[in-house]
Amino acid sequence: MTLDRRRIFGWGAAEAVIVVAALFPVLWLLSLSLKTPDTVNDGRLLPKSFSFKNYSSIFDQDIFTSALRNSIGIALISTVIAVILASMAAYAIARLEFPGKRLLLGASLAIAMFPPVSIVGPLYNMWRHLGLYDTWPGLIIPYMTFTLPLAIFVLSAFFREIPWELEQAAQMDGATPLQAFRKVILPLAAPGVFTTAILVFIYAWNDFIFALSLTSTTNAQTVPPAIQSFTGVSQFTAPTGAIAAAAIIVTIPIVVMVLLFQRRIVAGLTAGAVKG
Amino acid sequence: MARAARAPMSDRTKAERKLGMMLCAPAAVVMVLVTGYPILYAIWLSLHRSDLRFPNNTAWIGLDNYITVLSANLWWKDLFHTVVLTALSVSFELVFGMLLALAMHRAIFGRGLIRTSALVPYGIVTVVAAFAWRLAFSKADGGFVPAVLHLQDDPLITTWSTYLTAVAAEVWKTTPFMALLLLAGLALVPDDLHEAAKVDGASAWQRFWKITIPLMKPTILVALLFRTLDAFRIFDTVQVLSNGSNRSLETVSQLGYNTLLTRLNLGLGSAVSVLVFVCVLIIAGLYVLFLGKGLAEQGGGR
Repeated sequence: MTLDRRRIFGWGAAEAVIVVAALFPVLWLLSLSLKTPDTVNDGRLLPKSFSFKNYSSIFDQDIFTSALRNSIGIALISTVIAVILASMAAYAIARLEFPGKRLLLGASLAIAMFPPVSIVGPLYNMWRHLGLYDTWPGLIIPYMTFTLPLAIFVLSAFFREIPWELEQAAQMDGATPLQAFRKVILPLAAPGVFTTAILVFIYAWNDFIFALSLTSTTNAQTVPPAIQSFTGVSQFTAPTGAIAAAAIIVTIPIVVMVLLFQRRIVAGLTAGAVKG
Repeated sequence: MARAARAPMSDRTKAERKLGMMLCAPAAVVMVLVTGYPILYAIWLSLHRSDLRFPNNTAWIGLDNYITVLSANLWWKDLFHTVVLTALSVSFELVFGMLLALAMHRAIFGRGLIRTSALVPYGIVTVVAAFAWRLAFSKADGGFVPAVLHLQDDPLITTWSTYLTAVAAEVWKTTPFMALLLLAGLALVPDDLHEAAKVDGASAWQRFWKITIPLMKPTILVALLFRTLDAFRIFDTVQVLSNGSNRSLETVSQLGYNTLLTRLNLGLGSAVSVLVFVCVLIIAGLYVLFLGKGLAEQGGGR
């Protein structure tokens, strides 16, 4: 009995350490964002008085609202395209025999390890000539490319687990091929596709170097480089509170996804890793 | 299954091969066009004098750009920074990641809670995470760390403390990813082995080193490979922590970015980019060598 209590206490303490360590920096940002402009630099852990001024101020800034719009739009479109292309490839990899399968997997693995800095220069130059510089497609193209490897690995791992015989069984029972696909295969494949979409979205939402190199104005600049440009102004007016507020806003979607789908995210990451 | 295709092809196999290739084609074309072509273009640029400030003055200059980069102190200094940052952060991540993975695997309650909170650092935007650390440590930005510790100097101006902050930010952000990769490996270690060793009187410590670690070796190497390559490309964290100006922390990615897009020297910048690419290839090659050996010892792997 005492041993069990000691174990429970030990695990409780260990888990408390993990949770605090994982969340502390975010809570610090939250505290900063709620400070009033004149106390934001006081170095205190908690705000002396609370205010939502920082939040209302960033939503008044065009640079932030357009960056938020660009981030959401670009990340969503990249996710949809990457998941469609990867689903096609992953279906083929999981179910069909064809030449070049190993080559495709090898190439994907190579791209997963590719340093983005190696191609931002050429892309910058190419995009200027093609008119893609500082546009949505200019970012969507590199995002979907760099997420394709992960998407293909995760999806083919999921697709391999699907009992495809069920499709034929349904057809034997009188379902049309379309019905068999819609009623049997789609529900089985949906969790994998959805998981992949989350991982791709996180990548596109997170990227900094492509957005910094390939965009320059409110036209297509996403939030990470835009936060940087708050600092540019900051040499004279410390925008610490505004940065913290913007940081909290872009963290909210991630926290929501993690809370709702933690099981799926873990499954997706580990499936990709085991195959990789 | 693959071996069966030796026999003369039926129409069905032919159709299957065609469908397979057609389904993969879009993804393959995109990947080749967006990474293959630019890297070749980067190699081509790196062999030319090409500076966007003097667009008419381009010429083939062979390896001159590489000679300039490799004989400059800056490249070696930045490479050193990158290697130190990579080595420090990946080693800490391995230790903390293993602890976190064990906690996720063995916790007797609250696994969902650990998992959810650990995924927050994984999912958070790297730039945002870096700002959290910078705003905590920087005296100029009113961080609480200098205030609590009564520091005289700004930690983000002194070199060694800037390093520590960068490593801490990286480790915090990526330990969960490491832990999840390791967790997948932990799940593959059969429980009965542990039970058998327990019966034979092995302590938890012995079981960890003699059973868990050897069985997890391939997973650990794969996780280390992913993280080393990722850490070597470190850009976001350093860019934010150094505020784009403090060069005591500059990494090779920073150097490439600055030469390419701040100084607009495409030739020299591409030479740096290609060199970074070569470093990544070398790291990957070394791991594959180790990994191959590890798998061979296991008798072909899983």
